[in-house]
Amino acid sequence: MTTAINPGVWLIFGGLLAAILPSRLRAAYCVALPIAVTGIVLGLEGGLAGRLSFLGVELITLRVDGLARLFAILFCLAAVLAALFAWTVQSRIEAAASLVYAGSALGAALAGDLLTLFVFWEMAAIGSVLLIWARGTPPSYHAGVRYLIVQVGSGVLLLAGAVLRFQETGSAAFDVIGLGDTAGALIFIAFGIKAAFPLLHNWLVDAYPESTPTGTVWLSAFTTKLAIYALARGFPGTEILIWIGVAMACFPIFYAVIENDLRRVLGYSTINQLGFMVAGIGVGTTLSLNGAVAHAFCDMIFKAVLFMAMGAVLLRTGTIKGSELGGLYKTMPKTAGLCIIGAASISAFPLFSGFVSKGMIMAAIVHEGLFVPWLLLLFASAGVFHHAGIKIPFFAFFAHDSGRRVEEAPWHMLAAMAIGAALCVGIGVHPAPLYALLPDAVDYVAYTTEHVVTQTQLLLFSALAFTWLYRTHRYPPELPSVNLDFDWTYRRLLPTAVAGIAGAISRLHGALRQGMRGLLAQLLHLVHRHHGPEGVMARTVSAGSMAFWVVVALAGYLIAYEVSR
Amino acid sequence: MTAPPTPGDRRDWLDDAKNVRTIVRALIAISAIAFLGSALYASHGFAIEDVFGFYGVYGFVACVALVMIAKAMRRVLMRPESYYDDDRY
Repeated sequence: MTTAINPGVWLIFGGLLAAILPSRLRAAYCVALPIAVTGIVLGLEGGLAGRLSFLGVELITLRVDGLARLFAILFCLAAVLAALFAWTVQSRIEAAASLVYAGSALGAALAGDLLTLFVFWEMAAIGSVLLIWARGTPPSYHAGVRYLIVQVGSGVLLLAGAVLRFQETGSAAFDVIGLGDTAGALIFIAFGIKAAFPLLHNWLVDAYPESTPTGTVWLSAFTTKLAIYALARGFPGTEILIWIGVAMACFPIFYAVIENDLRRVLGYSTINQLGFMVAGIGVGTTLSLNGAVAHAFCDMIFKAVLFMAMGAVLLRTGTIKGSELGGLYKTMPKTAGLCIIGAASISAFPLFSGFVSKGMIMAAIVHEGLFVPWLLLLFASAGVFHHAGIKIPFFAFFAHDSGRRVEEAPWHMLAAMAIGAALCVGIGVHPAPLYALLPDAVDYVAYTTEHVVTQTQLLLFSALAFTWLYRTHRYPPELPSVNLDFDWTYRRLLPTAVAGIAGAISRLHGALRQGMRGLLAQLLHLVHRHHGPEGVMARTVSAGSMAFWVVVALAGYLIAYEVSR
Repeated sequence: MTAPPTPGDRRDWLDDAKNVRTIVRALIAISAIAFLGSALYASHGFAIEDVFGFYGVYGFVACVALVMIAKAMRRVLMRPESYYDDDRY
């Protein structure tokens, strides 16, 4: 190995430097640094390196193989695109936090053992929460706190699993883990939280839309993709992942249809796409695993383009609510066009990246004869076109004219979106370079007549359904609202329950106090009766009667003395 | 929202309902062509894929079902925007 240092470290320390650079220099630096780190990543030789011994545990801080390399390149690319998009729009803190966050994800992808993974895992949580708090609003603060609790919790589970595993096997190496024991289960849940498994997913749709216009772009690229990497590494072929993936692909699209915040729609859509990847990992064949990581690669790019387009809209209009937008294509035509390319890619139209990568997963599922998962994922495929492919560009840029006439997005945002969109089309048209990056040799042909016709048919008829529903006013209008999701249980039910219990305790406490006070009052009354001014024990007596009683006592004593003698 | 009247306040091609109708007709036309495309290949997958135009029918039904169910879910799940505003968690 030419270098034994995990390149994530360069991005993290280099990122901290961004906090002290003057604003002009900072923007260029934030783009240049990940480009330089990309160079280092591309130059890495395969194998294990950076061995350290820590408390008797052998750590492998740098592991380079096909899977790690793919995600390392992915994270570098994401950092370059997001930094270009953010340019001078992001604050000093955001600039540093985002690079630390990207560096942590990169470091985690190249970590060869579970402890190194844990360290980067938690650093990613800390870097990313700063991007949420950077919005500076009370909702973003609260969402950030909730996000941090969940993310750190995931890290704690990972650490617990790693320690247990080390005790059992004597090794902390991060390879195939499987669900065989408690350690495996803990690590599985830790990964599952970051991958937004059903019921563990709310941190994503809760926090991502609360970040800044540029922060959400960063957030969308790293955490969940890192989880996909970790699942592909630790749990390939774990059958339950097929069903978890199917659930993830299906349930969020219902929410996406009725959600008004367009970045939250993309959040639900993120879970939907992760579902395809998770299912692919669960199938566990060479084709499906290749498909899962290829889809992670493509998804990072087209999801970034979509979040960028929405970020640009938010920056220019100050809102991202579907009910307040519409007609923006008139003054933001370039953003609209690039958004549509992202939308076509996520919908997996032929000639766009999603067609290639999602096609691999679907082909693997057909090949394994998994009929019900296939049928449900097909439903999700039609649904993704509906809510992400059509809804996002339609309600932001077309639909009813909101009358907003804002400026086109700034040049650096357009440039970042354009590079992303070019990659979407490039991969879609010529997937060979992507295939070459995949961990296993690819034996898959995306462009068969069958695949092109079936996919086009599915999507066009989905578009017809949308058109029919919209033009006959059956389509639910965008309404200013929030929709209850599982987070209701811990944002409302649990606090209400706790408040209820606290109330009962407080009432009991009050009653006890009341009772004790009554008892005390009675006692005081008694004392007062005997010892008070009128009490028998406090009565005053005259000196004469006192002398008399003394004489009586002495006489009594004298008599007793005489008698006893 | 008030803003300078240029350049967006000109009438665009899409502002004409006639042109929107043209787009819809074009969509119906290419959907029909795609539907007929089912004749071009023999399926290698599940038996149901051999049904002529399965993907088209399934896509249409899936999307209508998706929207209708989601719309119904609103009755249970939808709350005013300020729902969580007073929460401290």
